[in-house]
Amino acid sequence: MPHIALPEGYPGIRSLFMYSPVTAQPLNDLVQTILHDPATSTLTPGERELIATYTSSLNHCKYCANTHGAIAKHQLQGNEQVVKAVMKDPSGAEISDKLKALLKIAAKVQEDGKKVTSGDIAFAREQGATDKEIHDTVLITAAFCMYNRYVDGLGTWAPDDPAVYDALGKQRATEGYHTKPFKVTTP
Amino acid sequence: MPYIPLKENLPGITGLLDYRLDTALPIRQLTHILLRGESTLTEGERELIATIVSNGNECKFCTAAHTAAANQYLDPIVAEKVKADLDAAPVSGKMKALLVIARAAGKNGRLVTAEMVDTARGEGATDRELHDTVLIAALFSLYNRYVDGLATVTPTDPGFYDRLGHILHDKGYLPSEGRYATL
Repeated sequence: MPHIALPEGYPGIRSLFMYSPVTAQPLNDLVQTILHDPATSTLTPGERELIATYTSSLNHCKYCANTHGAIAKHQLQGNEQVVKAVMKDPSGAEISDKLKALLKIAAKVQEDGKKVTSGDIAFAREQGATDKEIHDTVLITAAFCMYNRYVDGLGTWAPDDPAVYDALGKQRATEGYHTKPFKVTTP
Repeated sequence: MPYIPLKENLPGITGLLDYRLDTALPIRQLTHILLRGESTLTEGERELIATIVSNGNECKFCTAAHTAAANQYLDPIVAEKVKADLDAAPVSGKMKALLVIARAAGKNGRLVTAEMVDTARGEGATDRELHDTVLIAALFSLYNRYVDGLATVTPTDPGFYDRLGHILHDKGYLPSEGRYATL
């Protein structure tokens, strides 16, 4: 049960976007820029979705972890294996050493920004990460600490059916974040 | 020393919002809507939400900045008490209940309980006030991590935060020409 009256048939942050369109606009502009637009980062949309998925998983936000996991899968040519591996432990996932180093930074930012050390940054640089990629990793992680709290702090509905998340993931991977949400019917 | 090159005259969040303008704009817009837009909570009350969350996340820059902003609207004793001893803070019962929710949400959204929400409703809080409280707490969980995760500079001069508080009061959060000229 959500903590406030939200439109039925829309899970997670979608119900909050319907409830409050005025705040939905900048929230969607931000996520479109940090995750989806290919030109805004030298990290691929798939890599950026993995950072969002990993952060949401660490925050135990079921809706966001499953949704961004599905978006990541669709951005990575259907590679569900790599998404699951990152959520379990990025060090054992088949991803670049650079992304592993960036996810190490993400894990610390998720806990507390002050946990990030100059050693973590130097290590990421050695793996080829640029200033902008380090910045973008910290911002994506910080942003998902926001989205996760918004979604869980108001007790929104997180479906159980993996097929729902797959449909949400496919929509966002192909359309980006600005198109209208569809209604989810529960069995 | 910040982990990435930022302008030396722009410490804390101000340098980060200058580093990447395309992401700064929606962050600024969201903040302006939540903290300065139309609301049944006063600007001072909303700055207290930003303050208690930043204090809970131990982000020195954000705590000092939003304490200074709250002090533009309220007696400075209010923000001090909210941070140190919320139970004894001179705020309304509704505000106290909303600040309890904000403090919990700032740690993790799942820590907000139905009991906390019921208490706030019993004190007169509306759905919109609950929504805005949680979203402000969530937004400052972003800011706190952004500011600390890149090791931005935290000025030690109290006068800096007083000047920043004036800017946040007079200009709000949207981008503007010469915004930090008086910083």
